[in-house]
Amino acid sequence: MASRLSPYLSKVGCVLSGVQCRSLHGIAPLTSAVQSPVTKPEGRTTATLIPGDGVGPELCQVVMDVFKSAGVPMDFEERHLTELYARRSDSLEEVVASIKRNGVCLKGILATPDHSSDGELKTLNMKLRDELDLYANVVHVKSLPGLNVRHKNVNMVVIREQTEGEYSALEHESVTGVVECLKIMTREKCRRIAKFAFDYATKYGRKKVTAVHKANIMKLGDGLFLRQCEEVNRNIINVCKGNIMKLGDGLFLRQCEEVSAMYPNIEFNNMIIDNCTMQMVSNPHQFDVLVLPNLYGNIVDNLASGLVGGAGVVAGESYSGNAVVFEPGARHTFSEAVGKNLANPTAMLLASANLLNHVNLQYHGNMIKAAVDRVIRTGKVRTKDMGGHATTHHYSQAVMENLKY
Amino acid sequence: MPLLSPGHLVGLFLQHRDQSWQGSNRSTHLATLTTMASLTRTAKLFSQFRPVVHGARAIIQAPNVSQRRSFTASQPFPVARYGGRYTVTILPGDGIGPEMMGYVQDIFRYAGVPVDFEEIQITKDSTEEEFDNAVICIKRNGVALKGSIESKYGGVEGGSRNALLRTQLDLFANVLHCRSYPAVRSRYSDIDIVIIRENTEGEYSMMEHEGVKGVIESLKIITRHGSERVARYAFEYAVKHGRKKVTAVHKANIMKLSDGLFLETCRNVAKEYPEIEFTDMIVDNTCMQLVSHPQQFDVMVMPNLYGNVVSNLVCGLVGGPGLLSGRNYGEHFAVFEPGTRNTGTTVAGRNIANPVAMLNASCDMLEHLELNTHAELIRNAIEKTVNIDLIHTADLGGQATSLDVLELHLPSLKCLGV
Repeated sequence: MASRLSPYLSKVGCVLSGVQCRSLHGIAPLTSAVQSPVTKPEGRTTATLIPGDGVGPELCQVVMDVFKSAGVPMDFEERHLTELYARRSDSLEEVVASIKRNGVCLKGILATPDHSSDGELKTLNMKLRDELDLYANVVHVKSLPGLNVRHKNVNMVVIREQTEGEYSALEHESVTGVVECLKIMTREKCRRIAKFAFDYATKYGRKKVTAVHKANIMKLGDGLFLRQCEEVNRNIINVCKGNIMKLGDGLFLRQCEEVSAMYPNIEFNNMIIDNCTMQMVSNPHQFDVLVLPNLYGNIVDNLASGLVGGAGVVAGESYSGNAVVFEPGARHTFSEAVGKNLANPTAMLLASANLLNHVNLQYHGNMIKAAVDRVIRTGKVRTKDMGGHATTHHYSQAVMENLKY
Repeated sequence: MPLLSPGHLVGLFLQHRDQSWQGSNRSTHLATLTTMASLTRTAKLFSQFRPVVHGARAIIQAPNVSQRRSFTASQPFPVARYGGRYTVTILPGDGIGPEMMGYVQDIFRYAGVPVDFEEIQITKDSTEEEFDNAVICIKRNGVALKGSIESKYGGVEGGSRNALLRTQLDLFANVLHCRSYPAVRSRYSDIDIVIIRENTEGEYSMMEHEGVKGVIESLKIITRHGSERVARYAFEYAVKHGRKKVTAVHKANIMKLSDGLFLETCRNVAKEYPEIEFTDMIVDNTCMQLVSHPQQFDVMVMPNLYGNVVSNLVCGLVGGPGLLSGRNYGEHFAVFEPGTRNTGTTVAGRNIANPVAMLNASCDMLEHLELNTHAELIRNAIEKTVNIDLIHTADLGGQATSLDVLELHLPSLKCLGV
């Protein structure tokens, strides 16, 4: 990879220095579409910042400190969104408008109480996703060298559809004691996420896409019934009785297969969810890019994050056509640590580095990423979840000291 | 020779047609042809025979003036856009293509354009598989920026890769906006012509065969459907961009059926747009008029080969192949390239080729992706370099190198943050 990119790097250098030493013949084919940084743009960029609940505000403070120290030309538009204290929250419309305007957002985790105050089934997170149509959640699960975990050199991307499936918020109790929850799968959205996964794989030069599903029949009990519509396949799952997802997940799988025909250079295979989780804990190196429906995605995201060091070290991002929300990869508010100066800011810092890369501030993004890597590899300053005794504050100080301009 | 009824002749003709399409049994085919030719001469049935030909029937048919449809290319394209960043296919091609693509990438990175490139190398030596991959790649990204691919002469199988690409993606309209650069020395300084060329049929149908040794037939296919959509595109373009006049260019006095169909279709479509003036002109006269009074033209619409010739002619009038960019639109995909489609092999690798054409093409692409601020920024920089700073490469009579042009672009781009 490095050797492939080196002609580019040298070329960029030439253009900048004004020396005419570029090789004019042919450009080495790139394995991926991602480009090397060129300059530090002169203008300033604005991003929306949602601190979220739990340790979110503390972590966002760390990010802002690091940005300031690294001289990142970025301003934050801070918006408070919370479901715990409805009165203190900014309105969803305002937050959505802000993200739409800026196109990028850095977000902590929003706590989701089991019982909502207004009896609505949709959580604030889901509302935000639906409003912005943030359909693709990407979690890049990558081992951080220096961190002592069970599996080394894990490097996979988990792509999760997050606007439909089990998260439809359609639940009802038609007979007392029997609750139905609707899982919705639509062809259009399945196709969209499949294309996203393959485009992502192409862009970042990855070789294999695995669709994870449950399209075989899993008989748990007796009560199972399903209904199929023309456009929308609905699996009505009688909770606690049984489930069958031949149609719903079958649709997902079929769309993935159809889309994969457009990408001859990328290998495609599929795997059943239960097997997938088993394989992941025993041999995670076989995975490259995984694409999953909503609920499985949620589970696999967390499982995969656990493999490389837990919720504190994995960054994620959610894409729509126009906007991206960068957030920690595994969604835990870690509210028991609020105010104790214990939380691990690695995930948030890596997410913010991804944000900078996305808005053409690769120089700063790479700088922050390298600083975090260096701190972890050196291993002197570690927060509690990484097996050390450092506080959040110490950790962020260490990152700032390691910024190399 | 027995006298035959017209009906018999028609039967013979249809039989001949079916055979020729299937490409079966060459000797029968030839025999039929000879019989037919002699029969038409002796029986003097040509006038009765003519309406059977498909084109003629198409002309006689009532025009398909249903309702005025909206501009086909304005339908949403399948674009690989995630979180506001686009992925675009680039095909550097042969000759100067790779250098030019490098410049575009530099400029894009410098200007902070949210576009990532998926690069596919297609050269004259690429295999069929590589070519198919390129087509698939454009299909999934929706948009491509392309250099020219050299076409091999003398190769028997397969036509030009460029033409094949356009046919496979069904890019029916080629749009070339020819506008003079005030600072570029050329014969006319007030040219503003839009050339819209049918891009997928006509002489470029790539159906050539040697029926008899030493006699080669090349089929020119004009279809009603193809002509109508390009004519409609031209009129919609005129309406959308506030143009006054559309001129159809043809050779219907000689090719009465094929070009006749094209002309007739244009006339029918013109009836739907009373606010736009419509004229037609024969291609030879057009060329003469273009070099003597180019100001009289506004939007021009024409079949494939004439389009090729005329667009190169007009490019020559405003300053050669290094300036203008062409756009290819289909119903779903769009491909952007330099206007004159030369590979420029002679100037390749010598740092003297003019990068303006490819940069203009990249701006067209940004406009298509609705990244208007970035497009405007780069366009202004080009304008400034060419018209104010007068940095001209050798093809415009200057002495600057490609990199000079490029480096003078860069400071003007600095002002943009993202």
